[in-house]
Amino acid sequence: MLIGIIIAVIVILILLFLWGSYNGLVNARNLVKNAWAQIDVQLKRRYDLIPNLVETVKGYKNFERETLEAVTKARTAAQTASASTDMAARSAAEGELTGALSRLMVVVEKYPDLKANQNFLALQEELTSTENKISFSRQAYNDQVLQYNNKTQQFPSTIVAGMFNFKKEQEFLQATQADVERQAPKVSF
Amino acid sequence: MWEQIRANRLRSIILVVLMGALLVLIGWFIGMVFASNGIAGLVIALIIWGIMTLVAYFQGDNILLSIAGAKKITPSDHQQLYDVVEEMKIASGLEKMPDIYVIDDPSLNAFATGRDPNHAAVSITSGLLQKLNRDELQGVIGHEISHIKHRDVLLMSMCSVLLGTIVILSFYASRMMMFGAIFGGGGGGRRGNSRNNGGGGGGAIIIVVFALLLAILAPLFAQLIYFAISRKREYLADASSALYTRYPEGLASALEKLEQSTTPVKNATQATAPMYIVNPFRNKLNVNNLTSTHPPLQERIRILRSMAGGAAYANYDQAYRQVKDTQSGIISDKTAAAAGAVGLRAPMTGGPVEPLADDKVSRTREVNDMMYRINDYTVINCECGAKLKVPPSMQGTMIKCPRCGRAHQA
Repeated sequence: MLIGIIIAVIVILILLFLWGSYNGLVNARNLVKNAWAQIDVQLKRRYDLIPNLVETVKGYKNFERETLEAVTKARTAAQTASASTDMAARSAAEGELTGALSRLMVVVEKYPDLKANQNFLALQEELTSTENKISFSRQAYNDQVLQYNNKTQQFPSTIVAGMFNFKKEQEFLQATQADVERQAPKVSF
Repeated sequence: MWEQIRANRLRSIILVVLMGALLVLIGWFIGMVFASNGIAGLVIALIIWGIMTLVAYFQGDNILLSIAGAKKITPSDHQQLYDVVEEMKIASGLEKMPDIYVIDDPSLNAFATGRDPNHAAVSITSGLLQKLNRDELQGVIGHEISHIKHRDVLLMSMCSVLLGTIVILSFYASRMMMFGAIFGGGGGGRRGNSRNNGGGGGGAIIIVVFALLLAILAPLFAQLIYFAISRKREYLADASSALYTRYPEGLASALEKLEQSTTPVKNATQATAPMYIVNPFRNKLNVNNLTSTHPPLQERIRILRSMAGGAAYANYDQAYRQVKDTQSGIISDKTAAAAGAVGLRAPMTGGPVEPLADDKVSRTREVNDMMYRINDYTVINCECGAKLKVPPSMQGTMIKCPRCGRAHQA
């Protein structure tokens, strides 16, 4: 009789653990998916900002056409790439766009009236902020991936992960060249 | 990060349970002294605590925000501030964007309120916006967001309610016992029923002595526990800010500016002090010892600046051990190892986020506007951009704009 009760309690405890563990894994996986979607949100925000920026800058006399055109081209390329699922290509396209934008900002240094324009300042703030947010959402994604990987690989939740076919490892986003070089561009005249 | 939250939650629960035990003890002893009924005293203590907790839980942040004189802002009022908060919200993984409040005060300080991450608010003084640049502001906001994420606010407000209840009970109990001693000559034996253990006189006196001791010491112990919790949380918040921003120098340089500023925060009280990023009473006594709610500023700055090689918790822990010259760290080993290597990033350039107007015209305009406001002038905004200042003694209802000629109602 006593043995029966003990066994029943053990079984209940195991079931409770399975329940908690499974839910924890599901939560971790969904957080990863959510973090990925957040990156997309910020990238799209950048696409929407750029036409405005180009318009504001275009009006200024003699602003170098090639820089502006490079930005517009990079933006279109990145937007088309976002529809595809090839991660490497997408990463490259986004990196191109970041590069084109920072070159644009370097050129802006030469136009003091542009720098004093209220519209432009507001746009610049939005752009800086969006770049930051893209960076931070990539960071947050990596943090979520770390948590998910730990959960699926650490004992004892790794058993539950195996039982229910959770993928054991998600890939981290690698830091792009743009992230590494996010310094004040060197301006030389 | 999540291990950190869990580990700290456990430690905090233990400390809170300790404080709770103190409360229970006091309640029981008071009951024994005044009614020979420990249970009754206990129940009353718990009821008082329960009521205060409910009020603090549901209305705590509103009360604090109105004491501080904080005004909620919209994104268009302070675009940069809103952007910085949003960036930190993304970096920390918060689900919902916290409300942002600005306090019109030239002092430099900030705090976070909110019973859980979905009902949170961050407040900044206008002085802070005038003096800090974007990187520094990001560091400060990162610190506050970390308090929200780690549920420090809930913890600290529960603790301060516990502390408050213990203090109130001890205060009244000790006063009443002293009066009782002067006028009544002794305590518990008065009711004289069979519930007392046989040695009526002797036993009762021991209880009274214990109760008195407890009434004096309990608030002290509770305060020490409270301050210890508070300081530990501050270190964790600094570490998290470095982790989110990947740029500990931002917060370090912000703390330096805060240290140099001596303007006191107008509406801070002892009770609300722990929530501010720096001790609002740092220019008075009790700053660098056991009774301080914040670790010393210099130490925080040095730790942040010694974080070489990365922005992870492990780096902060190492810097902490190095600066304090101790073996025991502040962040549990499990978390420190979990995060792995985290690279630092480069600084952003730029001046203060919302600098005070520097040129003569704007400064004159600001002063004039202030004079008009003080003298109760009404301001009418015309569509052409002119601001019409109408004296309070003005008769008549229609006013013509001097620039464009449009008519306005007074």
